[in-house]
Order: sequence, then C-alpha cells, then structure tokens
Amino acid sequence: MTLSPTLAAVRFGTGLSPQVPAPRGASDMLDRLAGPDHMAQRFPQPGWDVRVAGVMQWIRLRQNRKNGDAAVDAFREHARVFNAGYHADLARIVARAARTEDGFRERLAWFWADHFTVSEGQGRLRKTISGYTEDAVRPYITGRFGDLLVSAVMHPAMVSYLDQDRSVGPGSRRGQRGGGLNENLAREVLELHTLGVGGSYTQSDVRQLAELLTGLTVTKEGLPHFQPNSAEPGAEIVLGRSYGQERAADSGAIVRVLQDLAVHPDTARHLSAKLARHFLADTPPDGLVQAMAVRWIATDGDLLSVYGVLLDHPVSAEPTLRKVRRPLEFVAAATRALGPVDRLPEQGNRLIRTMLINPMRLMGQPLQRAPGPDGWPEAAEAWVTPQTLAARIQWGMDLAGRWPNLPDPRAFVDTALADLASPRTRFAAQAAEDRRSGIGLILSSPEFQRR
Amino acid sequence: MALTLDRRRFLSTLGCSLAASPFVTPMAFADMPSDNRLVVVILRGAMDGLDALQPYGDPDLVRLRPGFDTGPAGGALDLTGFHALAPGLADLMPLWRAGQLGFAQAVSTPYRGRRSHFDGQDILEAGTAGEVPPLSGRDGWLNRLLAGLPQATGRTAFAIGRDDMLLLRGEAPASSWAPDAALDLTQATRDLLLHVYHDDPLFRETAEEALLLSADGPDKRKEGQDKVEALFTFAAKQLSGSARIAALSIPGWDSHRNQANQLRRPYGRLAAGILRLQADLGPVWDRTTVLAMTEFGRTAAENGTRGTDHGTGGTLVVAGGAVRGGQVWGQWPGLAEADLLDRRDLMPTGDVRSYAAWAMRGLFGLDAAFLTSTVFPSVEMGPDPGLLA
Repeated sequence: MTLSPTLAAVRFGTGLSPQVPAPRGASDMLDRLAGPDHMAQRFPQPGWDVRVAGVMQWIRLRQNRKNGDAAVDAFREHARVFNAGYHADLARIVARAARTEDGFRERLAWFWADHFTVSEGQGRLRKTISGYTEDAVRPYITGRFGDLLVSAVMHPAMVSYLDQDRSVGPGSRRGQRGGGLNENLAREVLELHTLGVGGSYTQSDVRQLAELLTGLTVTKEGLPHFQPNSAEPGAEIVLGRSYGQERAADSGAIVRVLQDLAVHPDTARHLSAKLARHFLADTPPDGLVQAMAVRWIATDGDLLSVYGVLLDHPVSAEPTLRKVRRPLEFVAAATRALGPVDRLPEQGNRLIRTMLINPMRLMGQPLQRAPGPDGWPEAAEAWVTPQTLAARIQWGMDLAGRWPNLPDPRAFVDTALADLASPRTRFAAQAAEDRRSGIGLILSSPEFQRR
Repeated sequence: MALTLDRRRFLSTLGCSLAASPFVTPMAFADMPSDNRLVVVILRGAMDGLDALQPYGDPDLVRLRPGFDTGPAGGALDLTGFHALAPGLADLMPLWRAGQLGFAQAVSTPYRGRRSHFDGQDILEAGTAGEVPPLSGRDGWLNRLLAGLPQATGRTAFAIGRDDMLLLRGEAPASSWAPDAALDLTQATRDLLLHVYHDDPLFRETAEEALLLSADGPDKRKEGQDKVEALFTFAAKQLSGSARIAALSIPGWDSHRNQANQLRRPYGRLAAGILRLQADLGPVWDRTTVLAMTEFGRTAAENGTRGTDHGTGGTLVVAGGAVRGGQVWGQWPGLAEADLLDRRDLMPTGDVRSYAAWAMRGLFGLDAAFLTSTVFPSVEMGPDPGLLA
C-alpha cells in the first residue's frame, strides 16, 4: 500500500483544498520539502531582531509615560501596533497553511517549534516567539538535526526561557563574586530536546552540561552573547566525552556537545518515536521507530532521510485516522478547505481575535502559550474534552456563518474529505437545514477532526 | 425568538437521548467524597488587601495613604472597630452580619522578593514553597487534593472559565468548562451532529457531555449579566449537582493607577459572584466555603499615581454558609516603618496555604499529614484558626 494523495494531504499536510492539488505521494512531498520555502517568502514573518527591538521600545515608552499625555499616547500607539503583530502572526501561520503546496513543511515547522517550545512570557519573550521559530527553527527542519538543535538551543529565546542567562559557572570570574549554576536548560536539552527522559544520562551529566553551557547568555537588547567571565573554566565530561579544555572566548565547545548529542542513539530513538507518534498514532509500531532510528544514525541525523522512512512505512498509508488534529491544524485545515485566504493577514485585529485567537484559546491551544517546555500534549483524549470539542464545533459553525459565497455542503464534503467522508457525514451534508450548519457539521465530523 | 423555542425543544429531547449514555447516567447521586463544597477564586493581578479590608484602626494607614479615602470616614463600612470593608464590597455586608464572611489578614504565599504576577500566581496555584515550580509537569494544589478523595470522579472538580487554571491541572481527572464555549445549535443540527459522531466513541461521548453542559450555559445567563458573574452561575449549577469543588478567577486587580476607580469593577464582580453563589445554591450554601485569594498584596504606601505597587502581605476573603464569619483571623503586624517587609510591604504573619489547608481539613475530613505532604508540601499548618462553623 502506498500513500494516497488524500492521506498525504490530510495526515502529513494541512488538509485538502479546492484550489491546491494534494501531493501525489511521498516522493512528491519530499521533493517539495527539498526545494525552496515558498510560503516563508509569500507571507513573511518578522524575525527575532525586529521583535526584540519592538520590546525594547515598548519598555522605554512605558517608563516614559510619566512625562505627560503625549508620552502616554506614544506608548499606547506603540503597544497597539506591537499587540497587533501577535494577531498578524497567527493570521500568517494560517494563511501559509491554507495556501501551501508544501503542507508537510508547515506541519514539520509546527512539530519542531513544539519540540523546541518557548512560551510567550514577559520581557523579551513578549510577542516575539514567532520570530524565534521563524529564524531558529523553520530554516533548519530539512537539514541535519544537529544544526537545528544548535540553532534552537542557543537562541536568545531559549536561553531566556530556560534561565540559561542567569546561570553562572561557580568557578568563573563572575561566579567568584556571587551567582550560581542554573541547570534548567541543561536538563531540558537532555530530557526533552535530545536523549529523552529514559535516556542514558545521569545527574552528573546534567550538572556537567550545565557547567559547559555557562557563558551562553543574552545581551540587554535580546541578542545572543557569549560571556567568558561567566563560563566555568576547565573541561566537562558529558556522556563520557570531554569538552571545553580551551574554554577561552567562544561557545565552540557548546556547539560540539550539542552536535554529539544530536547523533546519540538515544536521541535517534527518542525523536523517531516522537515523530511517528505525532504523525501516525499515539502508540506507533515499534518496527517503524526502529527503522527511522537506524536511518538517523546512518545519516548523522539527516532529517529528510528520516522523514522518508516515515512516509514510506505501510502504516502511513493505512486509512484509519488515529490522531486528532490539534486546534491549529483544525483551524488551518478548515480555512484551507473553504478557499482563498491570501488577504487574511491584512484583516483587522478584531476579526482575527474573534475568529482565530479567542477560539483557539477555547479549543485549548492558545497561540505560543504551551504550558511548559515539553510543549503540547500528544494524546487524542487531551484534545477532545467537552469544552474544547464544543469550541471546535461552534467555531466551525461560526466560520461557515461568516464565510462569503459558502459552497454547497454536498460538494464541500468532497472538497474537504474526498474518499475519507463516511456515509454518516455525507448524509448530514445533504440533510442539514441550511448551508451554514451543513458546512459546520462537515468540519465537526470525526474524519475532519482526525488525520 | 424562534431560536428560544428551538432550544427548549432541543433540551427536552436531549434529556431523553442522553439517558443511555454511560458518560452521564450514574454520576448524579453516586457516593460523593463529601457533602461540602469548596469554591476557590483566584484574584489575578494582586488585590490590595489593605484596601479590601482597611485596618483603619492603625494610625499609620492614613499616614501611608493620604490620598486615599480610608476607613469609615472615607466611606468604608466598619467591621470590627479596627477594620473596615471597602465600599466596593458593601453588598457583602449582610453576609458579614450573618457570620458568613470573614477575612484573614496579613497573609501571603511563601513567594518573596521579585513580585512578578506570573511567578506569584504560579506559586499560589501550585501551592509550593518559595521557588517558582519547574515548568515541566506542574500541577496545582486543588488537583492534588482530589487524590485524597477516594470517591472523586472527573466531575467532582470544575475549573470554570477560559483561563487555563494551573490550580486544577494535574494527574487527577477534573472537568473544565467555559460557559462561553456553550454550543448554540438547533435541534436538527444537534441530532445530525450525534448522527455524525455515532461510530466514534471519543467524539460521541464528549459531544454528549458538551451538549449537557451547554444546557447550563447561555440560557441561564440573564440578559446583560456580567461574564464573570456568569461563571459563578455555572459554578452554582454544577455544585448543586455532583460537583464539590469549583475553581475560577477574577482579573483586574493590578491597581497601579487611580486605584479607587480601577478596583470598582473587580470588587463588584467579587461581591456579585459570592452573592450569586448564595442565591443559586439555596440550601447547599450552608455547606459551602469560598476562598478568594491573590498572588500577593500591594505596597503599604500609595504611589505617585494614586495607586499601589506590587507588595507582599495581603488579605484572604473567606465566605459561605459553612464559615464561622464575622471575624478577622490572623495577627496584625502593624504598619510602622520598622514593621514593614523591606520597609514597603505589609509583613505577612500567616501563610495563605495554611488557611486553605485548614478549610480543606474541615470540609473533606483530610488528615494533616496528607495536607502538609501532598497538597501543600512542607506547609506549617499551625493551630486551627477556626474558619468553619
């Protein structure tokens, strides 16, 4: 059994579309992935630098407010534009997914942004997260995992989020004046980003890696910085290898340890299983995970090769839809199925808030606000609760109610589901009392909610 | 209007078709962990405890807050001859007189120093000592409480509203529902929805429950009812049935500027919410305890913009028919400069967790060892303050 175009679009892409043909199959998807990132060019997301500069300006203007009404107005205007950027981020994310011929890339970008979660927070993590994922994650998802790991872990967003900027080597020049080690980033690198919680590391490895990571920090302006005065002197032993004898002036030893962790057999196994679990089933077949891990090791973590094993596995082509679409996947797929959304990013804040930002919160996946560095849950049951399902159903109905030139539900059931549509859903599509509820029911159906 | 009729018809058929659902049937009056009810309200943004409960008998209060209206002379309602109730909470006076409202003064979580709302709320809801809990695998103290109630089901505790409440996050199954997620479908569409879901148990059972919960939603929300009050309406509905614990939050307490103006709305919502519970719970109100708590207090002195900044010691509001109210618990630390924490904040003399622990011990008969190890690790419960009647 080989992967059908419908399943390629639904299981590995952002869904079916009336305008964009589904991928012909696995090799078509891999070819596109190996080519240029068209959607990043068509709907560009501002990068990290622009955004942290906006944060700095926000802080300056905020402090300035005491200097009279004009200063208050200046702050308000900046805050308005700044906050609008967060809405536009989501609109661009959805627009890319709705328009793309390379849906696997969008799904992988979401997968890896989730794997390297940084959540919205205060200060430089305020409304900047899409800049981090755009700069540090998305460009690396088709290359070697080691480069993605280095890029994400050493990015100022991650360094801030997991407190690395507060960590000081106890034996460093700064450490002798006070401050101390913070193991947060080191622990998550081993536990979440690479080897996995069951991986073969010990508390000593966490501590040694934490010492090796010292010096990695962020400037006041939110830019990457290596501070030799905070770096723990001498070599550290991580998983039996020694790093950083020469720890003078740069972060080379940190890059080396991350590159080594990226091709560790535990990492290959952990991340192969995570990919398979995300795309195929909450409990993926062991043989598939094994095959992916073998390819990982054989190719030094070449992600395209590993994706290829996943796509070619017979389970990928099985018609049973085992996974539930996450809210972002659902919202994007529904929008894509309904039609053209090129102008979505230009819509007013209010529309984006009522139609995307707020509903996704009710569905349990507020933009860039995963509960912790372990990201969003994977299990179907976590996403289908009374509140979150009600929010999905109601949103589908509301979207249909607002959509201009709504298609006929009897045609839409083929557009949105093709050969996946069940007889029950086909019946509902023709029995619905009006177009709006017909479309809403199709979007609510298990075949549309699952993938 | 047609919609209203439709809905009514739709709800009556709902009752029939749902009777067969394994999800819904046996719950209603099965063995309950207890007959008592606990409502925890998180006041987000740091309520000024020195304004809600004004210790006007301390002469330093007026000295520190010369620009504020303070004590009975400023329109507050005298409670103890030393404390007065903020005018914005005046609607709660009948509860105070009936012994169904009290306050714990000078309380805080163990959080000290950085005074960040986010960290403060995380610590308040995680119930941990001091440090911000680690980001992965966080859970909340109300969820850990459920582990001590052997008969608890997924319907025993409800987090209500759009907020993701860390307070109730964790291993033990619990429900969450935002009344504004309520489904508004005609009967025909509802029937078709269940038809479409028929062969997928996860979707079918969850949708059935969502339709049931939706029936408690907008229909019950009176014309023009405030959206926060609507959360209390929903809480009362659940607590009248199988639920025993409800958690919700009221935002808007971060009063850095023009505090008197800014607090009008959150005070109004807190008072209206408590009174809504009293009205809707009927006889169950007598077995109900409401704890309204905030991440930290605010500075003892007013700032330069007729507001207050982030502080430490604050006030816990305790209400309900199960409460031995009409009193203020806890030791008063004083407001003289030497008595303040860091020469700026009310010095906490009590841990808000110990009051919550005593309330849970009284309501659910939990033993102290469980409370001080699992629910609130390493809390000092101290002597019983006697919150409950």
